[in-house]
Amino acid sequence: MDAVVRDLTPQVLGVLVRRGADFAAAEDAVQEALVEAVRRWPDDPPDDPKPWLITVAWRKFIDANRRESARRTREVRLHDEPEPGPAEEHDDTLQLLFLCCHPALTPASAVALTLRAVGGLTTAQIAEAYLVPEPTMGQRISRAKRTIADAGVGAPGDLSRVLKVLYLIFNEGYSGDVDLAAEAIRLTRMLRGASDEPEVAGLLALMLLHHARRTARWTEDGALVPLAEQDRSRWDTALITEGVDILQDALAKDRLGEYQCQAAIAALHCDARSTEETDWTQVLEWYDELARLTDSPVVALNRAVAVGEADGPLAGLRALETVPADVPRRVAVEAWLRERVGDTVVAADLYVQAATAARSTAERDHLTKQAARLRHAPG
Amino acid sequence: MAKYLLLKHYRGAKEIPCAPMDQWTPEEVEAHLAFMGHVANTFRERGEFVDAQALSPEGTFVRHDGAGKPPVTDGPFAETKDLIAGWMVIDVDSVERAHEAAAFLSSAPGPGGEPINEWIEVRPFLEHTHTDVE
Repeated sequence: MDAVVRDLTPQVLGVLVRRGADFAAAEDAVQEALVEAVRRWPDDPPDDPKPWLITVAWRKFIDANRRESARRTREVRLHDEPEPGPAEEHDDTLQLLFLCCHPALTPASAVALTLRAVGGLTTAQIAEAYLVPEPTMGQRISRAKRTIADAGVGAPGDLSRVLKVLYLIFNEGYSGDVDLAAEAIRLTRMLRGASDEPEVAGLLALMLLHHARRTARWTEDGALVPLAEQDRSRWDTALITEGVDILQDALAKDRLGEYQCQAAIAALHCDARSTEETDWTQVLEWYDELARLTDSPVVALNRAVAVGEADGPLAGLRALETVPADVPRRVAVEAWLRERVGDTVVAADLYVQAATAARSTAERDHLTKQAARLRHAPG
Repeated sequence: MAKYLLLKHYRGAKEIPCAPMDQWTPEEVEAHLAFMGHVANTFRERGEFVDAQALSPEGTFVRHDGAGKPPVTDGPFAETKDLIAGWMVIDVDSVERAHEAAAFLSSAPGPGGEPINEWIEVRPFLEHTHTDVE
Protein backbone atom coordinates (compact mmCIF):
# COMPACT_ATOMS: atom_id res chain seq x y z
CA MET A 1 0.00 0.00 0.00
CA ASP A 2 2.92 2.35 0.71
CA ALA A 3 4.12 2.53 -2.89
CA VAL A 4 0.56 3.06 -4.19
CA VAL A 5 -0.03 5.83 -1.68
CA ARG A 6 3.27 7.52 -2.50
CA ASP A 7 2.41 7.62 -6.21
CA LEU A 8 -1.19 8.68 -5.68
CA THR A 9 -0.76 11.33 -2.98
CA PRO A 10 0.64 14.05 -5.28
CA GLN A 11 -1.90 13.19 -7.98
CA VAL A 12 -4.82 13.54 -5.58
CA LEU A 13 -3.31 16.72 -4.12
CA GLY A 14 -2.94 18.05 -7.66
CA VAL A 15 -6.62 17.40 -8.42
CA LEU A 16 -7.72 19.29 -5.31
CA VAL A 17 -5.45 22.23 -6.04
CA ARG A 18 -6.64 22.38 -9.64
CA ARG A 19 -10.23 22.42 -8.43
CA GLY A 20 -9.35 25.53 -6.46
CA ALA A 21 -8.38 24.28 -2.98
CA ASP A 22 -5.54 26.21 -1.40
CA PHE A 23 -2.40 24.27 -0.80
CA ALA A 24 -2.44 23.75 2.95
CA ALA A 25 -6.14 22.87 3.08
CA ALA A 26 -5.75 20.45 0.18
CA GLU A 27 -2.88 18.70 1.91
CA ASP A 28 -4.84 18.39 5.15
CA ALA A 29 -7.75 16.89 3.25
CA VAL A 30 -5.52 14.38 1.45
CA GLN A 31 -3.93 13.37 4.75
CA GLU A 32 -7.36 12.78 6.25
CA ALA A 33 -8.38 10.72 3.22
CA LEU A 34 -5.24 8.61 3.62
CA VAL A 35 -6.07 7.97 7.26
CA GLU A 36 -9.49 6.79 6.21
CA ALA A 37 -7.94 4.59 3.52
CA VAL A 38 -5.66 2.93 6.08
CA ARG A 39 -8.71 2.24 8.24
CA ARG A 40 -11.03 0.95 5.53
CA TRP A 41 -9.00 -0.60 2.72
CA PRO A 42 -7.84 -3.74 4.58
CA ASP A 43 -11.48 -4.92 4.94
CA ASP A 44 -12.97 -3.18 1.94
CA PRO A 45 -10.39 -2.49 -0.78
CA PRO A 46 -11.59 -0.14 -3.55
CA ASP A 47 -11.62 -1.31 -7.19
CA ASP A 48 -9.60 1.73 -8.17
CA PRO A 49 -7.78 3.56 -5.33
CA LYS A 50 -7.27 6.89 -7.11
CA PRO A 51 -10.93 7.95 -7.66
CA TRP A 52 -11.68 6.65 -4.18
CA LEU A 53 -9.02 8.93 -2.69
CA ILE A 54 -10.08 11.91 -4.80
CA THR A 55 -13.72 11.53 -3.76
CA VAL A 56 -12.92 11.15 -0.06
CA ALA A 57 -10.27 13.91 -0.02
CA TRP A 58 -12.61 16.29 -1.84
CA ARG A 59 -15.39 15.55 0.64
CA LYS A 60 -12.98 16.16 3.55
CA PHE A 61 -11.97 19.45 1.97
CA ILE A 62 -15.57 20.58 1.47
CA ASP A 63 -16.41 19.61 5.07
CA ALA A 64 -13.46 21.57 6.43
CA ASN A 65 -14.38 24.51 4.26
CA ARG A 66 -17.94 24.50 5.47
CA ARG A 67 -16.70 24.68 9.02
CA GLU A 68 -14.93 27.91 8.20
CA SER A 69 -17.75 30.34 7.67
CA ALA A 70 -15.31 33.08 6.78
CA ARG A 71 -14.56 31.24 3.59
CA ARG A 72 -18.18 31.11 2.45
CA THR A 73 -17.61 32.97 -0.78
CA ARG A 74 -14.85 30.66 -1.82
CA GLU A 75 -17.03 27.65 -1.05
CA VAL A 76 -19.66 28.89 -3.47
CA ARG A 77 -17.06 29.19 -6.18
CA LEU A 78 -15.78 25.68 -5.46
CA HIS A 79 -19.20 24.13 -5.84
CA ASP A 80 -19.48 25.71 -9.27
CA GLU A 81 -16.25 24.02 -10.36
CA PRO A 82 -16.97 21.29 -12.93
CA GLU A 83 -15.83 17.71 -12.35
CA PRO A 84 -12.55 17.00 -14.13
CA GLY A 85 -12.62 15.00 -17.33
CA PRO A 86 -10.38 11.92 -17.62
CA ALA A 87 -8.01 13.67 -20.06
CA GLU A 88 -6.91 16.13 -17.38
CA GLU A 89 -5.89 13.50 -14.86
CA HIS A 90 -2.28 12.87 -15.84
CA ASP A 91 -1.49 16.58 -15.70
CA ASP A 92 -2.40 16.98 -12.04
CA THR A 93 0.93 15.89 -10.58
CA LEU A 94 2.68 18.03 -13.14
CA GLN A 95 0.65 21.09 -12.21
CA LEU A 96 1.45 20.46 -8.57
CA LEU A 97 5.16 20.33 -9.42
CA PHE A 98 4.93 23.70 -11.17
CA LEU A 99 3.05 25.14 -8.22
CA CYS A 100 5.76 23.95 -5.82
CA CYS A 101 8.34 25.82 -7.94
CA HIS A 102 6.33 29.05 -7.67
CA PRO A 103 8.39 32.19 -8.46
CA ALA A 104 7.52 33.71 -5.06
CA LEU A 105 9.52 30.95 -3.29
CA THR A 106 13.25 30.90 -2.60
CA PRO A 107 15.02 27.87 -4.11
CA ALA A 108 15.35 26.23 -0.68
CA SER A 109 11.63 26.58 0.03
CA ALA A 110 10.71 25.28 -3.42
CA VAL A 111 12.99 22.28 -2.88
CA ALA A 112 11.44 21.45 0.50
CA LEU A 113 7.88 21.84 -0.74
CA THR A 114 8.51 19.78 -3.89
CA LEU A 115 9.95 16.91 -1.86
CA ARG A 116 7.02 17.02 0.54
CA ALA A 117 4.09 17.54 -1.82
CA VAL A 118 5.24 15.91 -5.06
CA GLY A 119 7.89 13.51 -3.76
CA GLY A 120 5.70 12.37 -0.89
CA LEU A 121 8.63 12.31 1.55
CA THR A 122 7.86 12.96 5.20
CA THR A 123 8.98 16.17 6.86
CA ALA A 124 11.29 14.05 9.06
CA GLN A 125 12.95 12.51 6.00
CA ILE A 126 13.49 15.89 4.34
CA ALA A 127 14.84 17.33 7.60
CA GLU A 128 17.26 14.42 7.88
CA ALA A 129 18.43 14.83 4.29
CA TYR A 130 19.18 18.52 4.85
CA LEU A 131 20.56 18.04 8.37
CA VAL A 132 18.16 20.41 10.12
CA PRO A 133 15.74 19.74 13.01
CA GLU A 134 12.33 18.44 11.99
CA PRO A 135 10.36 21.48 13.32
CA THR A 136 12.63 23.77 11.25
CA MET A 137 11.83 21.85 8.07
CA GLY A 138 8.15 21.78 9.07
CA GLN A 139 8.19 25.57 9.37
CA ARG A 140 9.98 25.98 6.07
CA ILE A 141 7.31 23.90 4.34
CA SER A 142 4.33 25.63 5.94
CA ARG A 143 5.82 29.05 5.21
CA ALA A 144 6.23 28.00 1.58
CA LYS A 145 2.56 26.98 1.44
CA ARG A 146 1.51 30.30 2.97
CA THR A 147 3.67 32.20 0.49
CA ILE A 148 1.95 30.43 -2.39
CA ALA A 149 -1.49 31.03 -0.88
CA ASP A 150 -0.69 34.75 -0.51
CA ALA A 151 0.81 35.08 -3.97
CA GLY A 152 -2.12 33.25 -5.55
CA VAL A 153 -1.88 30.17 -7.72
CA GLY A 154 -2.31 32.21 -10.88
CA ALA A 155 1.38 32.33 -11.72
CA PRO A 156 2.99 28.92 -11.29
CA GLY A 157 6.72 28.48 -11.91
CA ASP A 158 7.98 28.16 -15.45
CA LEU A 159 9.74 25.09 -16.78
CA SER A 160 13.27 26.42 -16.32
CA ARG A 161 12.52 27.04 -12.65
CA VAL A 162 11.16 23.51 -12.21
CA LEU A 163 14.28 22.08 -13.85
CA LYS A 164 16.50 24.19 -11.59
CA VAL A 165 14.72 22.91 -8.47
CA LEU A 166 15.05 19.28 -9.63
CA TYR A 167 18.73 19.90 -10.39
CA LEU A 168 19.27 21.35 -6.89
CA ILE A 169 17.65 18.27 -5.33
CA PHE A 170 19.86 15.99 -7.43
CA ASN A 171 23.01 17.86 -6.42
CA GLU A 172 22.30 17.42 -2.75
CA GLY A 173 23.18 13.74 -3.16
CA TYR A 174 22.32 11.61 -0.20
CA SER A 175 22.70 11.49 3.56
CA GLY A 176 21.02 9.18 6.03
CA ASP A 177 18.52 6.85 4.42
CA VAL A 178 17.14 9.42 2.01
CA ASP A 179 18.66 9.32 -1.46
CA LEU A 180 17.81 12.72 -2.90
CA ALA A 181 19.66 12.09 -6.16
CA ALA A 182 17.46 9.03 -6.78
CA GLU A 183 14.40 11.06 -5.76
CA ALA A 184 15.33 13.82 -8.23
CA ILE A 185 15.69 11.22 -10.98
CA ARG A 186 12.27 9.77 -10.12
CA LEU A 187 10.63 13.21 -10.29
CA THR A 188 12.42 14.15 -13.52
CA ARG A 189 11.32 10.86 -15.11
CA MET A 190 7.76 11.71 -14.13
CA LEU A 191 8.12 15.19 -15.63
CA ARG A 192 9.51 13.72 -18.84
CA GLY A 193 6.49 11.42 -19.05
CA ALA A 194 4.33 14.54 -19.27
CA SER A 195 6.53 16.96 -21.22
CA ASP A 196 8.18 16.72 -24.64
CA GLU A 197 10.53 19.63 -23.94
CA PRO A 198 14.05 18.53 -24.93
CA GLU A 199 15.56 20.29 -21.89
CA VAL A 200 13.56 17.97 -19.59
CA ALA A 201 15.10 15.00 -21.38
CA GLY A 202 18.47 16.76 -21.26
CA LEU A 203 18.28 17.14 -17.50
CA LEU A 204 17.20 13.52 -17.05
CA ALA A 205 20.11 12.36 -19.24
CA LEU A 206 22.53 14.55 -17.27
CA MET A 207 21.33 13.08 -13.98
CA LEU A 208 21.55 9.49 -15.22
CA LEU A 209 25.04 10.00 -16.65
CA HIS A 210 26.25 11.46 -13.36
CA HIS A 211 24.44 8.91 -11.27
CA ALA A 212 26.08 6.14 -13.29
CA ARG A 213 29.48 7.25 -11.99
CA ARG A 214 28.44 7.83 -8.40
CA THR A 215 29.99 4.77 -6.75
CA ALA A 216 33.32 5.43 -8.50
CA ARG A 217 33.39 9.07 -7.38
CA TRP A 218 33.99 8.36 -3.71
CA THR A 219 36.20 5.96 -1.76
CA GLU A 220 34.57 3.87 0.93
CA ASP A 221 35.67 6.35 3.59
CA GLY A 222 34.20 9.30 1.72
CA ALA A 223 37.27 10.74 -0.03
CA LEU A 224 36.84 12.34 -3.42
CA VAL A 225 38.16 10.44 -6.46
CA PRO A 226 38.82 12.80 -9.39
CA LEU A 227 37.56 11.79 -12.82
CA ALA A 228 41.04 10.88 -14.07
CA GLU A 229 41.54 8.35 -11.27
CA GLN A 230 38.08 6.76 -11.20
CA ASP A 231 37.78 3.01 -11.69
CA ARG A 232 35.69 3.13 -14.85
CA SER A 233 34.71 -0.52 -14.57
CA ARG A 234 32.53 0.58 -11.66
CA TRP A 235 30.46 2.93 -13.80
CA ASP A 236 26.90 1.71 -14.32
CA THR A 237 26.78 0.93 -18.05
CA ALA A 238 22.99 0.35 -18.09
CA LEU A 239 22.39 3.89 -16.76
CA ILE A 240 24.93 5.29 -19.22
CA THR A 241 23.17 3.58 -22.15
CA GLU A 242 19.81 4.90 -20.99
CA GLY A 243 21.19 8.41 -20.50
CA VAL A 244 22.81 8.48 -23.94
CA ASP A 245 19.60 7.22 -25.62
CA ILE A 246 17.51 9.88 -23.90
CA LEU A 247 20.05 12.56 -24.83
CA GLN A 248 20.10 11.52 -28.49
CA ASP A 249 16.30 11.75 -28.67
CA ALA A 250 16.48 15.21 -27.14
CA LEU A 251 19.24 16.45 -29.46
CA ALA A 252 17.29 15.19 -32.48
CA LYS A 253 14.65 17.82 -31.74
CA ASP A 254 17.24 20.46 -32.53
CA ARG A 255 16.34 22.82 -29.69
CA LEU A 256 19.58 22.98 -27.75
CA GLY A 257 19.71 24.08 -24.12
CA GLU A 258 22.05 24.13 -21.12
CA TYR A 259 21.10 20.73 -19.75
CA GLN A 260 21.47 19.00 -23.11
CA CYS A 261 24.96 20.54 -23.46
CA GLN A 262 25.98 19.43 -20.00
CA ALA A 263 24.60 15.96 -20.65
CA ALA A 264 26.53 15.79 -23.93
CA ILE A 265 29.76 16.60 -22.05
CA ALA A 266 28.94 13.96 -19.42
CA ALA A 267 28.23 11.45 -22.21
CA LEU A 268 31.65 12.08 -23.76
CA HIS A 269 33.29 11.36 -20.39
CA CYS A 270 31.21 8.20 -19.97
CA ASP A 271 32.17 7.10 -23.46
CA ALA A 272 35.95 7.14 -22.82
CA ARG A 273 37.96 4.37 -21.20
CA SER A 274 40.42 6.89 -19.70
CA THR A 275 41.05 10.66 -19.57
CA GLU A 276 43.68 10.20 -22.30
CA GLU A 277 41.11 8.58 -24.57
CA THR A 278 38.51 11.27 -23.89
CA ASP A 279 37.56 13.27 -26.96
CA TRP A 280 38.57 16.60 -25.44
CA THR A 281 38.16 18.47 -28.71
CA GLN A 282 34.47 17.53 -28.76
CA VAL A 283 34.16 18.29 -25.02
CA LEU A 284 35.56 21.75 -25.76
CA GLU A 285 33.10 22.25 -28.63
CA TRP A 286 30.22 21.50 -26.27
CA TYR A 287 31.61 23.96 -23.73
CA ASP A 288 31.71 26.58 -26.50
CA GLU A 289 28.01 25.83 -27.19
CA LEU A 290 27.27 26.05 -23.48
CA ALA A 291 29.13 29.36 -23.18
CA ARG A 292 26.98 30.78 -25.99
CA LEU A 293 23.80 29.75 -24.11
CA THR A 294 24.81 31.05 -20.70
CA ASP A 295 27.25 33.70 -19.48
CA SER A 296 27.91 31.68 -16.31
CA PRO A 297 31.48 32.16 -15.05
CA VAL A 298 31.39 28.54 -13.79
CA VAL A 299 31.00 27.40 -17.39
CA ALA A 300 33.94 29.61 -18.38
CA LEU A 301 35.99 27.94 -15.62
CA ASN A 302 35.09 24.41 -16.72
CA ARG A 303 35.81 25.41 -20.29
CA ALA A 304 39.35 26.41 -19.23
CA VAL A 305 39.86 22.86 -17.93
CA ALA A 306 38.73 21.45 -21.28
CA VAL A 307 41.08 23.86 -23.10
CA GLY A 308 43.89 22.64 -20.86
CA GLU A 309 43.18 19.05 -21.88
CA ALA A 310 42.55 19.74 -25.58
CA ASP A 311 45.24 22.35 -26.34
CA GLY A 312 47.67 22.05 -23.42
CA PRO A 313 48.05 23.75 -20.03
CA LEU A 314 49.43 27.05 -21.39
CA ALA A 315 46.33 27.51 -23.52
CA GLY A 316 44.28 26.52 -20.45
CA LEU A 317 45.96 29.24 -18.38
CA ARG A 318 45.21 31.79 -21.11
CA ALA A 319 41.55 30.73 -21.11
CA LEU A 320 41.54 31.06 -17.33
CA GLU A 321 42.57 34.73 -17.54
CA THR A 322 39.03 35.68 -18.60
CA VAL A 323 37.47 33.92 -15.57
CA PRO A 324 36.76 36.34 -12.68
CA ALA A 325 38.96 35.83 -9.61
CA ASP A 326 36.08 35.17 -7.22
CA VAL A 327 34.63 32.17 -9.06
CA PRO A 328 34.66 29.15 -6.69
CA ARG A 329 37.34 26.55 -7.56
CA ARG A 330 39.18 28.91 -9.91
CA VAL A 331 42.33 28.64 -7.78
CA ALA A 332 42.09 24.82 -7.80
CA VAL A 333 41.95 24.86 -11.61
CA GLU A 334 44.91 27.22 -11.79
CA ALA A 335 46.88 24.92 -9.46
CA TRP A 336 46.14 21.96 -11.71
CA LEU A 337 47.21 23.86 -14.86
CA ARG A 338 50.41 25.20 -13.20
CA GLU A 339 51.31 21.67 -12.16
CA ARG A 340 50.93 20.53 -15.76
CA VAL A 341 53.23 23.32 -16.94
CA GLY A 342 55.81 22.00 -14.45
CA ASP A 343 55.55 24.89 -12.01
CA THR A 344 55.19 22.62 -8.96
CA VAL A 345 56.18 25.12 -6.27
CA VAL A 346 53.57 27.66 -7.35
CA ALA A 347 51.06 24.83 -7.91
CA ALA A 348 51.50 23.52 -4.35
CA ASP A 349 50.89 27.01 -2.91
CA LEU A 350 47.79 27.37 -5.05
CA TYR A 351 46.45 24.00 -3.90
CA VAL A 352 46.83 25.14 -0.27
CA GLN A 353 45.04 28.39 -1.10
CA ALA A 354 42.27 26.45 -2.86
CA ALA A 355 41.89 24.11 0.13
CA THR A 356 41.32 27.11 2.41
CA ALA A 357 38.45 28.26 0.20
CA ALA A 358 36.95 24.77 -0.31
CA ARG A 359 33.25 24.43 0.40
CA SER A 360 33.17 20.80 1.45
CA THR A 361 35.37 18.61 3.63
CA ALA A 362 35.93 16.12 0.79
CA GLU A 363 37.10 18.91 -1.51
CA ARG A 364 39.34 20.44 1.15
CA ASP A 365 40.96 17.09 1.96
CA HIS A 366 41.50 16.31 -1.71
CA LEU A 367 43.20 19.67 -2.37
CA THR A 368 45.35 19.39 0.76
CA LYS A 369 46.57 15.99 -0.43
CA GLN A 370 47.47 17.48 -3.83
CA ALA A 371 49.64 20.10 -2.12
CA ALA A 372 51.26 17.44 0.06
CA ARG A 373 51.93 15.23 -2.98
CA LEU A 374 53.71 18.05 -4.85
CA ARG A 375 55.77 19.15 -1.85
CA HIS A 376 56.99 15.62 -1.20
CA ALA A 377 57.51 14.65 -4.83
CA PRO A 378 61.02 13.26 -5.56
CA GLY A 379 63.37 15.80 -7.21
CA MET B 1 20.78 26.34 1.56
CA ALA B 2 23.92 26.65 3.54
CA LYS B 3 24.65 26.44 7.22
CA TYR B 4 26.41 29.16 9.16
CA LEU B 5 27.75 29.33 12.68
CA LEU B 6 27.01 32.62 14.44
CA LEU B 7 29.64 32.78 17.12
CA LYS B 8 29.23 35.03 20.12
CA HIS B 9 32.56 36.08 21.61
CA TYR B 10 32.12 37.40 25.10
CA ARG B 11 35.49 39.03 24.74
CA GLY B 12 38.02 38.43 22.03
CA ALA B 13 39.60 39.85 18.91
CA LYS B 14 36.86 42.46 18.52
CA GLU B 15 36.08 44.78 21.38
CA ILE B 16 32.47 45.03 22.51
CA PRO B 17 31.46 48.67 23.06
CA CYS B 18 29.67 48.19 26.38
CA ALA B 19 30.16 47.23 30.03
CA PRO B 20 30.40 43.52 30.98
CA MET B 21 27.09 41.88 31.84
CA ASP B 22 27.81 41.53 35.58
CA GLN B 23 27.52 45.33 35.82
CA TRP B 24 24.05 45.45 34.27
CA THR B 25 20.83 45.62 36.28
CA PRO B 26 18.87 42.35 36.60
CA GLU B 27 16.16 43.80 34.33
CA GLU B 28 18.74 44.58 31.66
CA VAL B 29 20.11 41.05 31.84
CA GLU B 30 16.59 39.66 31.64
CA ALA B 31 15.72 41.80 28.62
CA HIS B 32 18.93 40.66 26.93
CA LEU B 33 18.19 36.96 27.50
CA ALA B 34 14.58 37.39 26.41
CA PHE B 35 15.84 38.95 23.18
CA MET B 36 18.11 35.93 22.58
CA GLY B 37 15.06 33.69 22.91
CA HIS B 38 13.17 35.96 20.53
CA VAL B 39 15.97 35.71 17.96
CA ALA B 40 15.96 31.90 18.14
CA ASN B 41 12.17 31.82 17.81
CA THR B 42 12.29 34.13 14.82
CA PHE B 43 14.76 31.80 13.08
CA ARG B 44 12.57 28.81 14.03
CA GLU B 45 9.50 30.46 12.58
CA ARG B 46 11.37 31.19 9.35
CA GLY B 47 12.51 27.58 9.04
CA GLU B 48 16.17 28.55 9.47
CA PHE B 49 16.99 27.40 12.99
CA VAL B 50 19.40 24.51 13.50
CA ASP B 51 20.93 24.85 16.96
CA ALA B 52 21.70 27.29 19.76
CA GLN B 53 23.93 26.61 22.75
CA ALA B 54 25.51 28.63 25.51
CA LEU B 55 28.89 27.63 26.91
CA SER B 56 30.21 27.71 30.43
CA PRO B 57 33.00 30.32 30.51
CA GLU B 58 35.55 27.96 32.04
CA GLY B 59 36.93 24.85 30.38
CA THR B 60 39.82 22.46 30.73
CA PHE B 61 42.56 21.58 28.26
CA VAL B 62 42.97 17.81 27.83
CA ARG B 63 45.45 15.71 25.84
CA HIS B 64 46.53 12.13 25.23
CA ASP B 65 49.66 11.11 27.12
CA GLY B 66 50.56 7.71 25.68
CA ALA B 67 48.80 4.34 25.68
CA GLY B 68 47.58 3.13 29.07
CA LYS B 69 48.20 6.49 30.76
CA PRO B 70 45.42 8.74 32.04
CA PRO B 71 44.74 11.94 30.06
CA VAL B 72 46.76 15.03 30.95
CA THR B 73 44.68 18.05 31.91
CA ASP B 74 45.58 21.69 32.20
CA GLY B 75 43.67 24.84 33.16
CA PRO B 76 41.20 26.34 33.68
CA PHE B 77 42.80 29.55 32.56
CA ALA B 78 41.12 32.63 33.94
CA GLU B 79 43.05 35.01 31.69
CA THR B 80 42.30 33.55 28.24
CA LYS B 81 42.16 36.39 25.77
CA ASP B 82 39.22 35.04 23.79
CA LEU B 83 36.09 33.70 25.39
CA ILE B 84 33.30 32.06 23.45
CA ALA B 85 29.96 32.59 25.14
CA GLY B 86 27.81 30.54 22.80
CA TRP B 87 26.56 30.07 19.29
CA MET B 88 23.65 29.72 16.97
CA VAL B 89 23.60 27.60 13.83
CA ILE B 90 21.28 28.64 11.01
CA ASP B 91 20.46 27.16 7.62
CA VAL B 92 19.77 29.99 5.17
CA ASP B 93 19.45 30.79 1.49
CA SER B 94 22.42 33.11 1.08
CA VAL B 95 25.44 34.63 2.78
CA GLU B 96 23.57 37.96 2.70
CA ARG B 97 20.78 36.42 4.78
CA ALA B 98 23.37 34.96 7.19
CA HIS B 99 24.82 38.45 7.68
CA GLU B 100 21.36 39.94 8.20
CA ALA B 101 20.61 37.26 10.82
CA ALA B 102 23.94 37.94 12.58
CA ALA B 103 23.22 41.68 12.66
CA PHE B 104 19.82 40.94 14.21
CA LEU B 105 21.50 38.82 16.89
CA SER B 106 24.02 41.61 17.46
CA SER B 107 21.26 44.13 18.12
CA ALA B 108 20.42 42.54 21.51
CA PRO B 109 19.70 45.15 24.19
CA GLY B 110 22.32 45.97 26.85
CA PRO B 111 22.54 48.69 29.53
CA GLY B 112 19.69 51.18 29.25
CA GLY B 113 17.98 48.99 26.68
CA GLU B 114 20.37 50.23 23.98
CA PRO B 115 21.54 47.70 21.36
CA ILE B 116 24.98 46.30 22.25
CA ASN B 117 26.02 45.99 18.60
CA GLU B 118 28.52 43.30 19.57
CA TRP B 119 30.59 41.61 16.86
CA ILE B 120 29.24 38.23 15.79
CA GLU B 121 31.63 35.96 13.92
CA VAL B 122 29.94 34.29 10.93
CA ARG B 123 31.55 31.05 9.74
CA PRO B 124 30.21 28.94 6.87
CA PHE B 125 30.01 25.18 7.45
CA LEU B 126 31.90 22.90 5.10
CA GLU B 127 29.43 20.64 3.34
CA HIS B 128 29.54 16.92 3.91
CA THR B 129 28.08 15.62 0.71
CA HIS B 130 27.58 17.01 -2.69
CA THR B 131 27.53 15.74 -6.20
CA ASP B 132 30.24 17.35 -8.21
CA VAL B 133 29.84 18.16 -11.84
CA GLU B 134 33.16 17.45 -13.52
